[in-house]
Amino acid sequence: MTWRSTLAVLLLALTLAAPAGAIEPQEQLADPALEARARTISQELRCPVCQNESIDDSNADLARDLRRIVRERLTAGDTDDQVVGFITARYGDYVLLRPPLRDGTLALWFGPVALLVAAIIAMTLRRRRRAKAEPAPLSSEEDRRLARLLDEETAP
Amino acid sequence: MHRLLFLLPLVLLAALAVGIGTKLLSGSDPQALPSALIDKPLPEFSLAPLPGRSDGLASTDFGGTPMLLNVFASWCVACLAEHPVITRLGRDDGIPVVAINYKDKPENALAWLKRNGDPYRRIGADVDGRTAIDLGVYGVPETFVIDKAGRIRYRHPGPLTPDIVDREIRPLLAELAK
Repeated sequence: MTWRSTLAVLLLALTLAAPAGAIEPQEQLADPALEARARTISQELRCPVCQNESIDDSNADLARDLRRIVRERLTAGDTDDQVVGFITARYGDYVLLRPPLRDGTLALWFGPVALLVAAIIAMTLRRRRRAKAEPAPLSSEEDRRLARLLDEETAP
Repeated sequence: MHRLLFLLPLVLLAALAVGIGTKLLSGSDPQALPSALIDKPLPEFSLAPLPGRSDGLASTDFGGTPMLLNVFASWCVACLAEHPVITRLGRDDGIPVVAINYKDKPENALAWLKRNGDPYRRIGADVDGRTAIDLGVYGVPETFVIDKAGRIRYRHPGPLTPDIVDREIRPLLAELAK
């Protein structure tokens, strides 16, 4: 192996290394497929105590309890949606790090796009108005006068 | 009209400043979460009493009259701070106050109650904190108002202050007593 491919493999290994989160070894499920689902769900749920961390990342006691509940529900045979529903029934949509599309969150989802469209429309209108405001071409009388003035300047 | 358009950004900035300013100065806790359980019936639970007591607390103990449910722990400093407020509510306002003792060592909880007074009609020990999670509790203390039909009508996360009692809890209790 050349040094180049060694480096490539090393870099690839680093990118693939998943962050471990705050999970303790005894919390993990024996079934790797179930554990993977638990991780994915936990990463989407906000810890109500630390508020900027997912329950997967947070060391708070409550986050640990919620991680345990997620794994319990999965083991009991819940679907991913049912597990998330179990948590939101208690803590509300606030715990979803990816807010759902609802009447109340329309502004959140489409506000930026609406603003962008509004800005584009405003700029187009402005540009069009400015184009219209360009001075009309000189009339023939004005043309003659201009020519005369220019002549006067160059003649002496 | 067109000539005043240049003032628009200034007006927008002023509106933003007023909006943020009012929120900042209102004294409301920006981290406080609304409860997902408002107007819903209490989740079913049944908690054992602290050792040496005979009460315990279950969801079936609610109903008939409005009640205050306080979630506390002996290790929680803010609980100690709000304790006189809770005590006064139970004594002066005549509302039954019950409690969930959250993730506590029973002997610590009993000693705490002995030291600071026990305003609670019933106490259930939530040793693993699961009932609290069913109630959407995310920190102690938290206080709920349960109406006579056994529905959750109000939740305050964090310590109760006399101001919050006057502004939010007393008006609600007056309304519920009707």
